[in-house]
Amino acid sequence: MGPVLRYVGRRLLLMIPMLVLISFLSFVIIQLPPGDYVDTYARNLASEGGSVNADQLAALRAQYGLDQPMLVQYLVWMKNILFHWDFGTSFAYNQPVSEILAERVPRTMLISLVSIALTWAIAVPVGIYSAVRKYSVGDYVVTFLSFVGLAVPGFLVALVLMLLVYDHTGFLITGLFSPPYREAPWSVDRVLDLLRNVWLPLVVLTVAGIGGIVRVLRASLLDELGKQYVVTARAKGLTEGQVLRRYPLRLAMNPLLSTIGWMLPATVGGEIVVSKVLNLPTTGPVLLESIQSQDMYLTGAIVLLLSALTIIGTVISDVALAVADPRIRYERSRAA
Amino acid sequence: MTDLETALDDDVRADERRRVPAPPGEGGGYTARRRAALLRRSVGGRRSRAAAREDLYEASQRTLVLRRFRRHRLAHLSLYLLVAMYVCAILAEFVAPYDKLHSFEDQKYAAPTQIHVVDEDGGWHLPFVYSSRTEIDQDTFTYETVVDTSVRHPVQLFVHGDEYELLGLIPADVHLFGTPDGQPVFLTGADHLGRDSFSRIMVGSRISLLVGFGGVVVSFVLGLLIGGLSGYLGGRVDAVSQRAIDLIISIPLIPLWMALSAAVPQTWSGVQTYLAITLILSLVGWTGLARVVRGRIIALREEDYVTAARVSAMRTPGIIGRHMLPALTSYLIVHITIAIPGMILGETTLSFLGLGISAPDVSWGSLLQGAQDVTVVSNYPWLLAPAVVLVIAVILFNFVGDGLRDASDPYQN
Repeated sequence: MGPVLRYVGRRLLLMIPMLVLISFLSFVIIQLPPGDYVDTYARNLASEGGSVNADQLAALRAQYGLDQPMLVQYLVWMKNILFHWDFGTSFAYNQPVSEILAERVPRTMLISLVSIALTWAIAVPVGIYSAVRKYSVGDYVVTFLSFVGLAVPGFLVALVLMLLVYDHTGFLITGLFSPPYREAPWSVDRVLDLLRNVWLPLVVLTVAGIGGIVRVLRASLLDELGKQYVVTARAKGLTEGQVLRRYPLRLAMNPLLSTIGWMLPATVGGEIVVSKVLNLPTTGPVLLESIQSQDMYLTGAIVLLLSALTIIGTVISDVALAVADPRIRYERSRAA
Repeated sequence: MTDLETALDDDVRADERRRVPAPPGEGGGYTARRRAALLRRSVGGRRSRAAAREDLYEASQRTLVLRRFRRHRLAHLSLYLLVAMYVCAILAEFVAPYDKLHSFEDQKYAAPTQIHVVDEDGGWHLPFVYSSRTEIDQDTFTYETVVDTSVRHPVQLFVHGDEYELLGLIPADVHLFGTPDGQPVFLTGADHLGRDSFSRIMVGSRISLLVGFGGVVVSFVLGLLIGGLSGYLGGRVDAVSQRAIDLIISIPLIPLWMALSAAVPQTWSGVQTYLAITLILSLVGWTGLARVVRGRIIALREEDYVTAARVSAMRTPGIIGRHMLPALTSYLIVHITIAIPGMILGETTLSFLGLGISAPDVSWGSLLQGAQDVTVVSNYPWLLAPAVVLVIAVILFNFVGDGLRDASDPYQN
């Protein structure tokens, strides 16, 4: 077995205890708010003028298993997830959590992945340009814009863009589809309508990611460009493009590969906030709602899913680093 | 060699070139006088430059960093502006013309008040505002600001108004500016209840700006302690703390923040909620710092001067405090300036989503809740004023952080 394979195997094995711990931690976090869903339910009923007696509440608790100790609840939840792919029932939607997620998670993932791809496609060339043409007008513009990108929170970018579109065209972007197409079957018009709406969350998430990557790439590339092997490569008669691609760029990409791990969860997290503002039918609004109403299995499943994504992302970026950089490969296979 | 040293060196060398003796046979006359003058000047100049150079060699690292930072104009200016913002935040009730809850019945959604010095007829006056109020437009159902240019109200400094307690201690009713006769001055407009947005931004900046400080202090202490111990002791302590950090980092930030801030009881007072939010923000913040501190400490442990200290029987706390931490200082300062804006943005996002600071307390995020509806903002764009202040503050922090990073890098140039 090659060292890379051995390393990948070891990383994958390490993932399992991490996933177990993280699932327990997610469960503890969702239990933190005082009270449970039955309290919320009783409060809602009371605010509507109805009333429930203590017996009914106790019966409800017993029905949902909320009267059990936390550890028991956790074990039951885990058992159902592992053996039946059953994430529990959402109290508020009165629907299995897995159904709600099956509908919304793919949308979140699609939006996140596309915007990550866009981020890279834009940030890498821009970062290279900014480093190679250091202190040019273009570099200053890029630097300034990336600072602004880092300074403006995603929800604000979304608000301002919505406002600009609304002011200039009178078109109000909410959700992924305009009202007439929301329930309609797929058609060319519906796809066009999707495109008219979906660009906004994509732009917001892309802008949020670009700044950081440009800064990191510019800094690490500048470090490499001053080194002697670059001078040697130039002296040997390589064109500037060849020099750049063959040596310093490969080294400068390393810090970027290690960002893969947190980029997916960060983008998904950003998507949660943005989708709340834009009222997208994705995981964001559901998560926020479920946290506020203590719809614990729904919250728990989303937090668990996102955490698992992060762990998987970290493994991917570690493996990518090991594949890309022989030094890291050597070091780690020795350590293993 | 730094810029300054190179520059000094060039000067000294130029002086030496000037002192080359004139060719023989050219004594007297203009050349001789010129030579003598040059000689005098260069000897004097050389002495002072040599002193400056001596000064530079003896300057401590801190002096060098400060000197380089001062030459970074943008960062330097940003630092002053930030200090001004913090002073305003601390003295918020004095700077704000009105109480954060003072609502003017006939000023709902009032536009920013224009301060004039020239009246309708072209006459010059001390700064004044015209009478104005808002009325519902019966066609569009939006509030319109109606200005009555027949009445002038002078704007003055240090006027008496709403009562407050300065720094929470000193009862006072003097405000930085305002009109003595009660006509409101809205620098950034008013909200849906006719409350002055500028006053609310000022009072809100206290929570928004200080949440960064509080959060950074907590995460700083945790990060330094855990990272330092983990790096220096190694072994089991290191393994446990590293796994714990891995675990915490694996929980996505925004859902974690959301879940935790939902756990803050609604019945808590403003100060309690603020402290809870600060803790929540720093709960994750320390991990990044701990990782880097650990890495640096491990690298430093192998340095010759640390070995030398150990060989000369210095104790562990002494080695860490005297030899290792100073090597980290510049990094830590930069880290703080970069971490604060992150916390500010975190608080704003949480409060905007309704999970952080809630009424009657205000922060920039909770103020921006009023700007959630695009159709409303489209009519009253000044509702976005808190966002402008927020972005400015965060950019200033980034500039200062960047300047500090450049200044603290001894290998620059």
